[in-house]
Amino acid sequence: MGIAETYTRGRQFAVARPGSVLLALVGIILLYDLLSGLATGQTSFSSVGSLVWDGLMRGLVIGLAGIGLSMTYSILNFANFAHGDFITAGAFSGWATTYLVAGLGRADVGALLLVGAGGSVFGGTLGIGVTGTPLAVAAGALVAGVATVVLALGIDRLVFKPIRDEDGITLLITSVGVAFALRYLMQFVFGSSVRGTTSQPPSISLYFVDGAVRINAHDIAVVVVAGGLMLAVHLLLQMTKLGKAMRAMADNEDLAQITGIPTERVVRSVWVIGGGLTGVAGYMFILWKGTLGFNDGWLLLLLIFAAVILGGIGSIYGAIVGGLAIGLTASVSVIWIPSAFARAAAFAVMIVLLLVKPEGIFSGRSTA
Amino acid sequence: MSVRDDVSARLPGGDAGLIVAVLLVIYAAYVLIGVGLGYSLRGQLNTIAVLTFYIGVFAMLALALNLHWGYTGLFNIGIVGFMAVGIYVMALVSKPLYESGGAAQVGGLGLPLVVGIIAGMVAAALLGLVIALPALRLRADYLAIVTIAMSEIVRFSFLSGELQQFQLLGERVGFGGGSGLILDFTDPLEAFFGFFGLWDAYLGFVDSFEVLVPNNPKPVVDGLVYGVVLLFFVAAFYWLLKRTGESPFGRVLKAIREDEDVANSLGKNTNRFKIKAFMLGCALMGLAGILWLMTSGAVTPNFFRPRITFFVWIALIIGGAGSNTGSVLGGAVFAALLYQGPRYLKNLVDTVLPNADAPSGFGPAIAPLISNFDPAPLFFYTIDSIRQLQLVFMGLVLIWLMHNRPEGMLGYRKETAAGIPLTAARARGTAETDGGESASGGGSDE
Repeated sequence: MGIAETYTRGRQFAVARPGSVLLALVGIILLYDLLSGLATGQTSFSSVGSLVWDGLMRGLVIGLAGIGLSMTYSILNFANFAHGDFITAGAFSGWATTYLVAGLGRADVGALLLVGAGGSVFGGTLGIGVTGTPLAVAAGALVAGVATVVLALGIDRLVFKPIRDEDGITLLITSVGVAFALRYLMQFVFGSSVRGTTSQPPSISLYFVDGAVRINAHDIAVVVVAGGLMLAVHLLLQMTKLGKAMRAMADNEDLAQITGIPTERVVRSVWVIGGGLTGVAGYMFILWKGTLGFNDGWLLLLLIFAAVILGGIGSIYGAIVGGLAIGLTASVSVIWIPSAFARAAAFAVMIVLLLVKPEGIFSGRSTA
Repeated sequence: MSVRDDVSARLPGGDAGLIVAVLLVIYAAYVLIGVGLGYSLRGQLNTIAVLTFYIGVFAMLALALNLHWGYTGLFNIGIVGFMAVGIYVMALVSKPLYESGGAAQVGGLGLPLVVGIIAGMVAAALLGLVIALPALRLRADYLAIVTIAMSEIVRFSFLSGELQQFQLLGERVGFGGGSGLILDFTDPLEAFFGFFGLWDAYLGFVDSFEVLVPNNPKPVVDGLVYGVVLLFFVAAFYWLLKRTGESPFGRVLKAIREDEDVANSLGKNTNRFKIKAFMLGCALMGLAGILWLMTSGAVTPNFFRPRITFFVWIALIIGGAGSNTGSVLGGAVFAALLYQGPRYLKNLVDTVLPNADAPSGFGPAIAPLISNFDPAPLFFYTIDSIRQLQLVFMGLVLIWLMHNRPEGMLGYRKETAAGIPLTAARARGTAETDGGESASGGGSDE
């Protein structure tokens, strides 16, 4: 009786949700492959541990940057393709500050402000790092946040505000225009070279079953900064009226306006919070990976979109969880597939999840 | 809006006349500037050939995108991915068999060019099917994200070492990886004329140009003739899409664009229609990619950055989504003013000020301006970086268009979904027995 019932229910589920069943099957096969690899010693525990740690770091950055994208997506109702270039803008402004603070008196000010364009100054020579130049890094992260807030507010005022009431696609196309203008303006100023920005950070090796997982000071910095900011946003949205107003606006903007919510002010707060987090995320991303190029934000943007959609548009927890999932996928997938396709795997996860659960993991919850 | 339509109505030949007129204005402007600067005839002809080439490819791509966005309302921003698949599969099929010691690291299957072109189009259409199956059921902006993600996946895949070289049907083939792929198949023009048995006649035709262009006129004439071939393809695209749009199939597409739920409730399987339209557009994008790159000698994956998708979108929005005539005009205006224009301007400055040395970076360029108010280095750096700055300019143009004229040059001119001409009713007056309404909106339709 019990078995028959379970069987019937299982069959109904399989018929109703074939995608979920298929997904589960693929998951089981991959897991089996991993476990058998670990059991036979073909894959070492420590290398898997390193990949997971790498994925977590990437995921934290994606999640942090995704919060801003998710907020604008749900409240202004459009996919902001300029978001990636906000990340790059934050990174460049922050790193220019870091270079200036760390290298003042040791190199030409112009070269420092241009983040060593054309190989004029090297971050490694300046000894930049969390432990080496903590003040410069802190100042850089702060400036990255502030500069991106200013940029986001300025672009909103000039570009998005006049067409606030247009449909999402019009705003999306406009944001593509903003993205290209910003990206190539940055290339014009900072050059197209990819530069190394940090010196080798000190690291510790944690013993893990059969080898070591290395964790360096910049990983710790990412965890502290991203975790702290995520917690702060959580508290802000839960404890203040702003969070409630944002949820109301995401639900129904007209209704929110009738109830007396100052919608334009909420929109500004969204750009301030989202822009600030985005700028800091861009800065931390560069600190963590150690190189900076004008295309970095754009390449990260597609992963951020995947994370935001995966988590459910409008949910900041969704953005964080989605970011971690996408980051982990992009890093851990190299166990099964060639590393050139790691990025493709992250998108594939997004596409598959769109099929199985189009509304995302944290569906039905808008902003917080 | 009405003024523009009047222009189109008063010109002999209607829409075709409008396109020809715009092309003539563009060419006249380029030639006049060239004459003013004393360019040689060879240089002039080259300029025209390059201009025609870009007008052709952008017009084709804008037409294909118009099928997606203007007709069906599918927001595809992965155009460049379909182009890449088109040319790469075409190269795989048509490149000669691998021979050790040759310049090419990998070979192909050695089939004729036509087979390769068809294979490339089919591959692009199949990729479209794979994308469309999951994405079409979702919101428009999801399709956007999925398509652009796909185009980047395609680029990274062709960049990867795994696909650089592999065995297919016992032959050593591949996509060349990051170092690129040499397109060492028969010269497309030779294949084209050879197919009709006209290759020798063509060579004779080229030789007759020695009167105008002494010593080696072949590259110049080849460029011009290839431009003309591309314009023929534009005409073919235009005809195909016009036929498609006026067919019952096209009417359903337009119904989907206006309101998918209504089309669905009338018993049309809208998903199937959308998938078919998407695949057709993708095949045309693949063909446009093939025509763009088949004469370039080699192809690298990093050519297929999303900026080309962005170019095509600007071309379509300039012309006006929903109108085939607008797509062609948009492609022509984009190619002439925004794409080739700044580069031509750079050449002009180089001609006028031949010995100017541009600084290597923004730092050396801005320093003299700050220290002793010398704007010259910044100016030369700006001119030297025109290829980046033109993208900034295009972004600003796009923003401006979306603010002020989202409907493009030809207004909200959407092709009507009726099988019979609606404008005829007005011409015949109101004497129609079936109460022929003097279609007030008909004047703005094609």
